[in-house]
Amino acid sequence: MSFISYLIAGISLGSIYAIMALGYTMVYGIAKMLNFAHGDVIMIGSYVVFYAVNSFGWNPYLSILASVAVCTLLGITIEKVAYKPLRRAASLAVLITAIGVSYFLQNIALLLFGSDSKSFPDVLGLPALVLFHGSLKIPGTTIFTIIACIIIMLGLMTFVRKTKAGQAMLAVSEDKDAAMLMGVNVNNTISLTFAIGSGLAAIAGVLLCSQYHVLNPYTGALPGIKAFTAAVFGGIGSIPGAFVGGLLLGIIEDLSSAYISSQLANAIVFAVLIIVLLVKPTGLFGKVTREKV
Amino acid sequence: MSMLEIKDLTVYYGVICALKGISFHVDEGEIIALIGSNGAGKTTTLQTVSGMLAPESGQILFEGEDITKVPGHKIVTKGMAHVPEGRRVFAQLSVLENLRLGAYTRSDKAEVEETLGRVYKSFPRLEERKNQLAGTLSGGEQQMLAMGRALMSKPRIVLMDEPSMGLSPLLVQEIFRIIEEISASGTTVLLVEQNAKKALSIADRAYVLETGNIVLEGRASELLEDESIKKAYLGE
Repeated sequence: MSFISYLIAGISLGSIYAIMALGYTMVYGIAKMLNFAHGDVIMIGSYVVFYAVNSFGWNPYLSILASVAVCTLLGITIEKVAYKPLRRAASLAVLITAIGVSYFLQNIALLLFGSDSKSFPDVLGLPALVLFHGSLKIPGTTIFTIIACIIIMLGLMTFVRKTKAGQAMLAVSEDKDAAMLMGVNVNNTISLTFAIGSGLAAIAGVLLCSQYHVLNPYTGALPGIKAFTAAVFGGIGSIPGAFVGGLLLGIIEDLSSAYISSQLANAIVFAVLIIVLLVKPTGLFGKVTREKV
Repeated sequence: MSMLEIKDLTVYYGVICALKGISFHVDEGEIIALIGSNGAGKTTTLQTVSGMLAPESGQILFEGEDITKVPGHKIVTKGMAHVPEGRRVFAQLSVLENLRLGAYTRSDKAEVEETLGRVYKSFPRLEERKNQLAGTLSGGEQQMLAMGRALMSKPRIVLMDEPSMGLSPLLVQEIFRIIEEISASGTTVLLVEQNAKKALSIADRAYVLETGNIVLEGRASELLEDESIKKAYLGE
């Protein structure tokens, strides 16, 4: 039974990585840049929920909505202020800017909220599921996380495949100029992508903190890097790739820390990434684009 | 009044002056060919007209309206479509999805379906392969898709950039036949081609570009007989 509960915990952690990785992968797909500030948007979103619930006594679900709104605005603002002026700049300049934005957000949080770790309550407050006469107990938040991740992934897939805005997004991610010729407003489409990615970051933040109960200005940093790893693992730019990559990463991390060593868990996660990239450089679901003449 | 009028257009490509104040016009219903060697500025001309590049100076008038400063994504709503050099189809999307993106700015679904039917009629191959990813099509099929996608916006003028590039002689024939068909259906065509002989054989008038300047213009049939043109572009 302990294996199953480790596995479920891994899937739950993986679901959080997957939701974050979806944000990374969509932004990468469209803007061809790694938004290193993504993890810190998650942290800001978690503070919003923390203060809304603890200081203002808001309903947790209303607080999550508020957090999604704040993060969406934050994502659009970051794109407009920091990344848009660099649209035609070298990718190194954009990368360094993204790291700069990441540190900026962390330090803003230090200034506003202090460096001490807050104890983040399980805001969802869902009952646990008890199976096999009490030998397997799955926390409500865990179940909620897994279901939320699946819904988000399916929702995004439907969005990009079935809606005009989603198709425009795919077109822009493949060829901005050709998309423009079709009448697609490229800037608005990029903003929309940042908005969706950052909104998802808010949800990921709440789920992460509800399970691990620790919130400080650096909370988003390491999970951010791991979600990025998950996106690369699955094939950056691919929505199902981010989902599978996130899940696998979470499961590998959780099982390694349970059965091998919790200190080695991160090393194992990144070792698996290196092996996958050596064997298949485009990631699990990565597409090899071939030019045809 | 001309349908499309270009006045004294100057365009920089980075630090290079790609167009040095060119002027030309396209009348409704015409096929106009822009010919010239590599680097003469043909592609730059089309890209500037359709808003992919911003000119340094000069004016672009389309049906009397100054569209020089109109953002690129709004040009298509004015009734102008551009089949870019190298086709630029969306390789990861299906043929049908590509075509639907061509009608991105149109909201009347029934009308879009009707146009789709007409595009399928002109390009039966596209209907056969509508669910296939565009990236898996052959070069000729991709060219047809790029043209079909442009027609989906129901344009009054189509700009075509090197539609015959890299295609077999048989397909080149086919593509030029389709261009004549598009023209016959009432759409004005501005055609850029390296295959000068073919282009001049279907065009009404033509302009010859050389390093950013228009050096010659005239009726296509006359240019076909011009000694300097024969020598420089027709390989005779």
